Amino acid sequence: MGTRAEPPAAHPERRDCMQLTLNVNGAKRVVEAEDETPLLYVLRNDLKLKGARFGCGLGQCGACTVIVDGAAVQSCDVPVSAVLGKSVTTIEGIGDDKRLHPLQQAFIEHQAGQCGYCASGIIMAAKALLDANPAPSEGEIRKALARNLCRCGTHQRILRAIRSARVAGEGAR
Amino acid sequence: MSEATQTEAPRKLPGSLDANRRLDRWLRINIDGTVTIFPGKIEIGQGILTALVQMVAEELDIAPERVRLAPASTAYSPNEGITSGSRSIQEGGIAMRYAAAEARELLLERAAARLGVSLEQLNVADGTVNARSGGSVTYWELTSDDLLRREATADIPPKAAAQHAVVGTSFRRVDLPAKVTGIPTYVHDMELPGMLHGRIVRPPSRRARLKDVPADEVKAMPGVVAVVRDGSFLGVVAEREEQALRAQRRLARVSQWDESPSLPESSDPRYLLKMSSEDEVISEKADAGAAACETHRIEAEYSRGLMAHAALGPSCAVASCEDGGFSVWTHSQGIFPLRTDLAKVLGVDEARITVTHVEGSGCYGHNAADDVALDAVLLARAVPGQPVRVQWMREDEFGWEPYGSGMVVRMSGAVDDAGRIVNWSHELWSHGHSTRPGPKNGANLLAAWHLAQPVKAPTPGNPPLPGGGSHRNAIPLYDFPNQRITNHLIREAPLRTSSLRGLGAHANVLAIESFMDELAHAAGADPIEFRLRHLKDGRARAVIEAVAQKAAWRTREKGDGTRGRGVGFARYKNLACYVAVIVEIEAGHELQVKRAWAAIDAGQAINPDGIINQTEGGIIQTVSWTLKEQVKFDRHRVQTLTWDDYPILTFPEAPEIDVVLINRPDDPPLGAGEGAQGPTAGAIGNAIYNALGVRLRDMPFTRERLIAAMAA
Ligand code: FES
Ligand code: FES
Repeated sequence: MGTRAEPPAAHPERRDCMQLTLNVNGAKRVVEAEDETPLLYVLRNDLKLKGARFGCGLGQCGACTVIVDGAAVQSCDVPVSAVLGKSVTTIEGIGDDKRLHPLQQAFIEHQAGQCGYCASGIIMAAKALLDANPAPSEGEIRKALARNLCRCGTHQRILRAIRSARVAGEGAR
Repeated sequence: MSEATQTEAPRKLPGSLDANRRLDRWLRINIDGTVTIFPGKIEIGQGILTALVQMVAEELDIAPERVRLAPASTAYSPNEGITSGSRSIQEGGIAMRYAAAEARELLLERAAARLGVSLEQLNVADGTVNARSGGSVTYWELTSDDLLRREATADIPPKAAAQHAVVGTSFRRVDLPAKVTGIPTYVHDMELPGMLHGRIVRPPSRRARLKDVPADEVKAMPGVVAVVRDGSFLGVVAEREEQALRAQRRLARVSQWDESPSLPESSDPRYLLKMSSEDEVISEKADAGAAACETHRIEAEYSRGLMAHAALGPSCAVASCEDGGFSVWTHSQGIFPLRTDLAKVLGVDEARITVTHVEGSGCYGHNAADDVALDAVLLARAVPGQPVRVQWMREDEFGWEPYGSGMVVRMSGAVDDAGRIVNWSHELWSHGHSTRPGPKNGANLLAAWHLAQPVKAPTPGNPPLPGGGSHRNAIPLYDFPNQRITNHLIREAPLRTSSLRGLGAHANVLAIESFMDELAHAAGADPIEFRLRHLKDGRARAVIEAVAQKAAWRTREKGDGTRGRGVGFARYKNLACYVAVIVEIEAGHELQVKRAWAAIDAGQAINPDGIINQTEGGIIQTVSWTLKEQVKFDRHRVQTLTWDDYPILTFPEAPEIDVVLINRPDDPPLGAGEGAQGPTAGAIGNAIYNALGVRLRDMPFTRERLIAAMAA
């Protein structure tokens, strides 16, 4: 023990490891992974997209939320094989520090973060909601976030940010 | 500059400057137009770094955008102990302020010489020093390596509040843009060349010992690089994260353990009453004349169960072992104490270990951050030259983090016929509230206790008064002629307990504030007026009056059988911020807090919005704690392992909150991060009584408990 194992292709037991072609943030990405690998690990470790975060691995907290074909999906709970041929969007795909998405802008505007660990998952859940329903009610927003936890208690600021993006972003999409 | 001679005993310097006296430990003026600061306090989501940037920019007269933050590291940062107890501004912030003020003075001296004018002729605008007679020079031209290579004197007073332009404004959080765009931020996101992934298989129960593990079959699994066993410590290293996870699952299934029961019969914290305790009367006042006037006496017992910090991101660390030395990246709240304990466990000199802070998910006290750092180090030692990232799973975090202690509080008190409290007794039972790394003997790191050659856990600690641990906020701020406060400290804990935001304040203030309402009821008084009746402290009165006004409190207002409101108050630790909270509850299908109002006085507000943010967060978290949260166990095992077992407040349930900030720019800043916990708990209990006429005294106040109380 203590030495690094052979690279994947030469590994005799890596029978299930295969080349998978994904569509992530509008680009074709080829990764080598077993097909039941949770999408979260492929995004974070193979594609180095760290914005989707590990919180539970059980589909209970929403820290890992990304958008797959328009729907908010908990990427810890989905095998990578389930998104083949589908379009995956992560927080990195919606804006960056130079061109913020209206939701990202609103989170900064309303200072909607403490530790921020929940933020990217919540922004993605909110984006999926606003894309489908540009003018959701307060109740609809809260319901769309029912599976996203925030342990720091930043809920009211987050709700305020989403409400403001709802108005500001209307028609822009 | 200071004429003080070097031979005198060193003078006490402000805050953390006293223990870290070199100016260049704190900041560096760079030739590229930036200033690097080296805080020893760390970001745990509370916004401290933003406040420090503001304080330094203020003293140096530069734009805050010029300030760069160096991650805290044992390699070069000032040793500021642990980031906890709402002390960061008073310790780290004050030190930074004096260091920056002195740096500015040194720069001005150079500028005066360069420009051939006297100091009084100079003013500074964003790092450019201008002489009144014309001529200017920048900090970036004036600086040199030796500028701050000297001891601080603290002789240059920081600016007075009236001169502040950046401090006292709601400057935006410096860390937020990265966090909302998904830029790697947390230790969880780290990547190092050749990095491997580790997972730990914890014992199935507290006393379990590892008998046998068929390591070979796991070693043969795809991607597995090492199976590490040392006594009852068992871990696995693999190339890919999912491979490590699968190997962990397999190891857990096939390993054999000897188990024996070690936990109390029930998760009810009243097991504490049967254990042997260290008993101490921590406050006593006697006035026989007043005591004799008592006309109405009541007694009540309150409790809270064992609680989890339950960080959203389970703890994580990265470590590597190179030539017998170790590098560790961690979200620990105390990199120096962690290094001390790591050195004990590894049997190496502290100088061989570098511990660097990288942010984690919000922690709310001592969680598993330190423990996972040792896990990573132990796995890295088995694969020298290759860094290992260890991620605790959700079940590891719930199952093994150091919990917030269960507590039981017995109150007894009496009023006279004028409606004044004449007797007050508060007796509490709790485990200690600190098992952080860095004790004199032993090591406070989980894996250390499981090794074949264990480094034992020390006797659990309990922070002393005046701040206190289990007895934090047990001494009321109210003025009573007779009082007796007794702390029963039960050191031996069946499950490890340590500091959880607020420590004992959550349960002690729940008890005090509920009992104040119970006595107010006995005296037929309005709860707000009743509190003011017993309070001399003007700042305490001011927050209570402010929250009553904000919430439009009506004297003796009554709930309607479904909705009701209640108030709670405390001065955190009896020496930090003052907070008063009113909540409105609704008992429909579920018991919910619908709205909350708060007033906070934290002295000088460095960043008003930061204080408001912390207060809102504290309220929401406490609503969650108080209505929902308890860690459950049976005789062998902790039964709380996932969010299903430990539900917390969700978006559909989050109350609306209005916070009033009372800013006192001329007073010292007071810690503000933990002030809302106690008052919010008290307000919830009082609101339930106000709405429904039943008193819940055992947290969490679940629907089941409410139904049972209403049926009784
Ligand atoms: S990490 Fe995916 S839901 Fe928690
Ligand atoms: S801001 Fe920390 S979990 Fe939401």
